[in-house]
Amino acid sequence: MQPFTTVTGPAAALPAANIDTDVIIPKQFLKGIDRSGLADATFHDLRFSAPGELRRDFVLNRPDWADARFLVVGPNFGCGSSREHAVWGLLQLGIRAIFGTSFAGIFADNAANNGLLLIDLPAETVAILAGRAADPARNRLTVDLPAETVTAADGTVFPFTIPALRKDALVRGRDAIGATLDHAAEIRAFEARHLAANPWLA
Amino acid sequence: MRPRTLYDKLVDAHTVRRLDDRTGPGAGVLLYIDRTVLNEYTSPQAFSGLRAADRAVWRPGAALAVVDHVNPTAAHRIAAMPDAGGARQVAYFGENCRDFGIELLDVLHPLQGIEHVVAPEQGFVLPGMIVAAGDSHTTTYGALGALGFGIGTSDIEHYLATQTLVYRRMRTLRVTVAGRLSPGVTAKDVVMALIRQIGADGATGYAVEFAGAGIAALSVEGRMTICNMAVECGARGVVIAPDAAVMAYLRDTPRAPKGALWDAAVAQWSTLASDADARFDREVDLAADAIEPMVTWGTSPDQAAPVNGWVPDPDAEPDPGRRRDMVRALAYMDLTAGTALAAIPIQRAFIGSCTNARLSDLREAATIVRGRHVAEGVHAMVVPGSSSVRRAAEAEGLDRIFLAAGFEWRQSGCSMCLAMNDDVLAPGERCASSTNRNFEGRQGAGGRTHLMSPAMVAAAAIAGHLTDVRTLARKP
Repeated sequence: MQPFTTVTGPAAALPAANIDTDVIIPKQFLKGIDRSGLADATFHDLRFSAPGELRRDFVLNRPDWADARFLVVGPNFGCGSSREHAVWGLLQLGIRAIFGTSFAGIFADNAANNGLLLIDLPAETVAILAGRAADPARNRLTVDLPAETVTAADGTVFPFTIPALRKDALVRGRDAIGATLDHAAEIRAFEARHLAANPWLA
Repeated sequence: MRPRTLYDKLVDAHTVRRLDDRTGPGAGVLLYIDRTVLNEYTSPQAFSGLRAADRAVWRPGAALAVVDHVNPTAAHRIAAMPDAGGARQVAYFGENCRDFGIELLDVLHPLQGIEHVVAPEQGFVLPGMIVAAGDSHTTTYGALGALGFGIGTSDIEHYLATQTLVYRRMRTLRVTVAGRLSPGVTAKDVVMALIRQIGADGATGYAVEFAGAGIAALSVEGRMTICNMAVECGARGVVIAPDAAVMAYLRDTPRAPKGALWDAAVAQWSTLASDADARFDREVDLAADAIEPMVTWGTSPDQAAPVNGWVPDPDAEPDPGRRRDMVRALAYMDLTAGTALAAIPIQRAFIGSCTNARLSDLREAATIVRGRHVAEGVHAMVVPGSSSVRRAAEAEGLDRIFLAAGFEWRQSGCSMCLAMNDDVLAPGERCASSTNRNFEGRQGAGGRTHLMSPAMVAAAAIAGHLTDVRTLARKP
């Protein structure tokens, strides 16, 4: 997983509520057995009116947002299916962090597991960031994860907070499985007690 | 000891170690997971990760693999997949199950079906378990007194390698359903009414316990419908305290414990409940007798209304964000504010999915269909939740009722719930669907989905438009 420390780039606003993982990555692109090749599939039906034909009105198709690194989104972004392809696709599209008031649970865990930073902010702050994202003259932001700040081009600083466990994992880009397997003996001991107490689980 | 919710008890009983100094919601724990169910489309990259790191599966016997998402459901069952991608996924799935020692129910297996239908009917999920699986509708298992929740592919890999997940405790929400449902109103209507009431993110960040007389009166299959679809309001884990109905449901399932082990298990399962004075972070109340048959009109599951209502007017919505989303939804759905929901014509009718394709669902739908015929211009299909459900339905003649009425009687799979196989809506087609998501493009790019109970789908198929199932009701 790619570590996240400081990232600078344009932000794009997608203010609709409940943007689901079917919209982020439609089912016809879920037929792979690896994680690759999902950039063009991401937001496919919003970006393309027909194969290869871009919808000019979709924000990420417009030149000022083509290199967007951040999204400012509406409530409950990432709801629906557990498909991690949604997170892989967003990262392959170049998105590194997303600002919103609430994110769906499985999507949030998938994002954390892949180094896509989700930042929960109050509705007023999200509205301010969405306003800046909509203005090409002011849509560049810098996210500093260790400092837990978002800084606008004019120097305005928006602080955020993120659970320590999650922040540590993102900054270090750690191998979660390796870290857990450091406790393999403890898991084995727990398992022996658990199966002895519930023998029908063995 | 402080009183605890059932969720707290299950998490406590599965905590291998604490990962931070916090307690309560947000606290990080290493959580032991008892079981998983694997499918062919969310698991491949997890197995590839294990292969790349040369890691084994911690406990292969705790996983059950089922092909369900990409397989065709044509009446004549064949091993071949309809497309190269699906074929590759199914082949790799088989290879992974073989190499890592995991039991596989492939497409030709007599027990094949949708994972969340197969696992309960096989007794693979038992009360008191924690089950995490690579599909959001893993919440289904709450109906059996297990805590079920969905995970992504990275966490599938973590589970397979360690039998645990790095987990953050949820806040707790209790939904109490008082009273009893009126005739013609089903578990599906309860959960749709809940989602409408609290919103598509109403339970985000919460583990949900369902309780109350309205839940106790439901069959275990009805409870599965509710737990399954609770994820559509954001529930990140669902549980219902197991009762005598759950024990009766499990008793004869193939993998439930037998003999003295069964007695010991039941004695312990009977203690699984929230303490009487346990505090939930949030409480929601529903009155069962006030719930009517529900349908969705929009592109989010909370955009729903009783079937005798009307398409709402965005201009009457004070919140500008919601108003904008309603306008977009109505444009996508090609609906006009003020239209009677029961006047909306359909071209497709779909009875299937892990929400509503169990035997009781098919019986309820068949009761409406019997002796009637699908309206002209409607293409109607039934996709049983599992091959076992299909055989049981055929044994009591339900297939003949559906076929005589003009429905297709198909093989099992996820099918047109998410249309990863060749069962897909054409652009602009409008479908009455017993599934769980009415998202844009979910059942096919440009397809329009109206969610409802299987009996309501049956009624819509007969009428040719959305309709109140109670107008077609008769004595069972």
